[in-house]
Amino acid sequence: MKFKDTYIGSILSATGSLLTGMKVTLKEFFTRKVTEQYPENRKELKISERHRAMLTMPHDKDGNNRCIACGLCQQACPNGTITITTRTVTDEESGKSKKVLDSYIYDLGACMFCQLCVNACPKNAIEFSNDFENAVFDRNKLIIKLNR
Amino acid sequence: MNTKDVDIKDFRQYMLELHGQGMDFLREIVGMDWEEQGLGAIYILENSNTHECAEVCVKTTNRTKPQLPTVSDIWKIAELYEREVYDFFGIEFNGHPDMRRLFLRNDWVGHPLRKNYDPSEAINPIRLESEQEEDLIREYEVREDKQLAEIVEKQKILHYDQYIVNIGPQHPATHGVLRFRLSVEGEVVRKIDIKCGYIHRGIEKLCESKTYPQTLAFTDRLDYLSAHQNRHALCMCIEKAMGIEVTERVQYIRTIMDELQRIDSHLLMFSCMAMDMGAITSFIYGFREREKVLDIMEEVTGGRLIQNYNIIGGVQADITPGFAEKVKAFCNEQKKKLNEYYDVFVNNIIFRTRSIGVGVLSKEDAISFGATGGTGRASGWACDVRKRHPYAMYDKVDFKEIVHTDGDCYTRLLVRLEEILESIRIIEQLIDSIPEGEFRTKTKPVIRVPEGRYYTAVEGSRGEFGVFIESNGDKMPYRMKFRPMGIPLIAAAQKIMKGGKIADLITIGASLDYVIPDIDR
Amino acid sequence: MFDFTNITTTIDSYLQSVLPHSLATLVECALIALCVIVAYLVFAIIMIYMERKVCAAFQCRLGPTRVGKWGLLQVFADVFKMLIKEIIEIKNSDKALYNLAPFLVIMSSMITFSCLPFDKGLQVLDFNIGVFFIMAASSFGILGILLGGWSSNNKFSMIGAMRSGGQMISYELSMGLSLLALVVLSGSMQISDIVETQTQGWFIFRGHIPAFIAFIIYLIAGNAETNRAPFDLPEAESELTSGFHTEYSGMGFGFFYVAEFMNLFIIAGIASTIFLGGWAPLYIPGLDRFNEVMAYIPGFVWFLGKTFFIIWLLMWIRWTFPRLRIDQVLVLEWKYLVPIGLLNLLIMTICVVMGWTF
Repeated sequence: MKFKDTYIGSILSATGSLLTGMKVTLKEFFTRKVTEQYPENRKELKISERHRAMLTMPHDKDGNNRCIACGLCQQACPNGTITITTRTVTDEESGKSKKVLDSYIYDLGACMFCQLCVNACPKNAIEFSNDFENAVFDRNKLIIKLNR
Repeated sequence: MNTKDVDIKDFRQYMLELHGQGMDFLREIVGMDWEEQGLGAIYILENSNTHECAEVCVKTTNRTKPQLPTVSDIWKIAELYEREVYDFFGIEFNGHPDMRRLFLRNDWVGHPLRKNYDPSEAINPIRLESEQEEDLIREYEVREDKQLAEIVEKQKILHYDQYIVNIGPQHPATHGVLRFRLSVEGEVVRKIDIKCGYIHRGIEKLCESKTYPQTLAFTDRLDYLSAHQNRHALCMCIEKAMGIEVTERVQYIRTIMDELQRIDSHLLMFSCMAMDMGAITSFIYGFREREKVLDIMEEVTGGRLIQNYNIIGGVQADITPGFAEKVKAFCNEQKKKLNEYYDVFVNNIIFRTRSIGVGVLSKEDAISFGATGGTGRASGWACDVRKRHPYAMYDKVDFKEIVHTDGDCYTRLLVRLEEILESIRIIEQLIDSIPEGEFRTKTKPVIRVPEGRYYTAVEGSRGEFGVFIESNGDKMPYRMKFRPMGIPLIAAAQKIMKGGKIADLITIGASLDYVIPDIDR
Repeated sequence: MFDFTNITTTIDSYLQSVLPHSLATLVECALIALCVIVAYLVFAIIMIYMERKVCAAFQCRLGPTRVGKWGLLQVFADVFKMLIKEIIEIKNSDKALYNLAPFLVIMSSMITFSCLPFDKGLQVLDFNIGVFFIMAASSFGILGILLGGWSSNNKFSMIGAMRSGGQMISYELSMGLSLLALVVLSGSMQISDIVETQTQGWFIFRGHIPAFIAFIIYLIAGNAETNRAPFDLPEAESELTSGFHTEYSGMGFGFFYVAEFMNLFIIAGIASTIFLGGWAPLYIPGLDRFNEVMAYIPGFVWFLGKTFFIIWLLMWIRWTFPRLRIDQVLVLEWKYLVPIGLLNLLIMTICVVMGWTF
């Protein structure tokens, strides 16, 4: 029988293991704390650029977007999050009619951030932004019109 | 995949023969509805020694009362798998000891994964009252005139005069919404009945109406702690079926991300086990390090839990420039932190006495239940898919498959902690030599998988995660089935929790490390 | 050393002179009750805040920081929340016992609290069997826990209560044995006597090895008596959600909660009284100048300093270890603590008889 398995030995080895544990916690008692104080640290908060928080449609300074209303994103979406309405405009010079975007409705509440719409877009007209503070009190506020 | 069609009459005999030939691991039972060709099931089997596989398909044309012979006496896990098939396809298994629904309510009308299922709310309205517990079960018997089945008797699962304690669905130790009904005697658990399905989302049914790229997003939501591996499996399955070659760079990135995910999952397992046993400080230590893994993953994939990284033919975005340095720094740090876990929790006498010899799962049972992953390896079953059927970079890196033989709660935790070290080793071998190349291969705009059946498995964080696709050449899968890692674990839990104390039940549950969204797909 | 009996006798004689004897006694009782309740609450608030901060520090967190500066008002916010919570009535529960249980628990803890000597003469209950009385008073808190668990008509509560019964009654034994060893050393059961003797050196030093072993046993048993981790099985939040007080809401729960913290304070207070000299300053024979300096520090500072040190020690233990299982709790008690305690009592008696103490 090893000493460790005897009555006294088991008490000693048990106490030893308990003290080792207490040593670790005592060390952590004095180390730097890791809490992130979220609303206060908004300025230092680093969010990865790739973080997908909300679909946006970038506009240039004249207020134009790159969307050609092809509807690929709407088709790609598994949840029916995107609804595009279009109108047909006839170009006066060439006489050709073409579809233009009327409204681009995005339902943030149903989005599952799978990025299929962004992948599908041939013109890179839509992208995900980092604005993650999207809590609202009314579900209807989550239905957003993306184009201006 | 070459499935062998077997006639229903010869089926049981054939399965017994297969089992006799060493096919002792039932990987999966896929319930199928081939419409006018009838209902049936596909059985995927494996020899646990030689890793040979066999696929068996059996059909019945009777749609009103479809019946198949059970194999639940040959492979223990078939009991739950067959209940799932019964639940979703209405196929009754003759000779099954407990033919109840597994996921849906008792009063549910119809079987949702049948192709002609009517989902209208008039048939299945949202029911606001509690369901009646179905403590009665039906038993079947082969009659003398070889007619297959008849109900012979009714038997109680839990008797009303037992002291029945309900653990879950809202309970801190069930790690989600799982429910145990226990019959206890003092502190000792005598009988146990597991109920799942509280968060079943019908993902397999959903997948049948989505295009292949759209199905990808669901995999992250199965077992959220092996999101990468799940998605890897589905991408790999589709890529193999379509014959898409992914570049070496993609293989490297996928392997590294899989291992990071594994570290993340195992850290969470350690933490939650500590918390379940009352050591909340160890829980926080584990989570502190897990946060660092999540930070790294967020930078590359843009998500912490739902990552969306693998896509068909590659990955969503290339790795970021500082990725390698961050991963290496984390790996070095983590090795030191692991010692801290051993000191504060694992070697602690209280934890050791509570976990050593508790909930012992024998190797035979582990194989019969198909309990892969850390649970199987703790019982002495070398069941790592990375070694059995190597994929991605796993045949080119050097790593040890951690196998212990005790099969108790303590070894199950040890396996996880040692696997963290192995994962770090794999990452360190790969991180410096990621080859240049495309991070995604161009695919056709509409992805159509050629007609056929495909099954691909990866090593998820807690076992074998498999994807089964039956395609008829369309852009949507005809049937998509995910092999859950959790169902074998709860099946094993049901066995090893018996006879333990209530506190042991919590320990065993924590050490098996099941994740509910993976069970309730 | 300043003696608080001067103040109390002055108040007493003043009241006796202006009021008839019986009325004066009544007024004194009311005054004392008020003092005890106020002190009890003040210490409870300090303890809860301390627990949160200490626990946070062990876990690499900051703890409460939002309510008030450094989260100082957190406890008040909690109490306010508990007060405005709905009191839930449980179907088929034994209403009378259900409502009585928290009061039993808090009563037992208040009575024990009033036995603590905060300073020389600053003690409510002091009579010749003080130690014995403390043991008796603290043990009827179990009754409250058992009743609470039983009357809730909840299976989790029931299991929790049964666990607590088995555990607390067992640990009472080794707690008694370790205190008994020190009673042998001091030769008295009166709290004030015990402390007075220790102005000539604390018992943990004078009784050396047996006293130290008794101290360790006392801490373990005391931890188990207060239902704190690693002995928090009656609550065991990951097993029984909250054990015996699962069904209590609002101040019913608040009483259990406060009583748990105050029991910790009381256990630490008794430990510091019996083992570390209570309000007695550090005394080292031979170093007269040093002893004089030490005596300048007021007694209640000594008492509270020692008590809070022990509390911190117990918190350190609590936030390090996992929980035991019920059979292991009993194994620890009956196979280890009780035999060692008995042996220790024997050794202590031999030491005292042979004069091997300091």
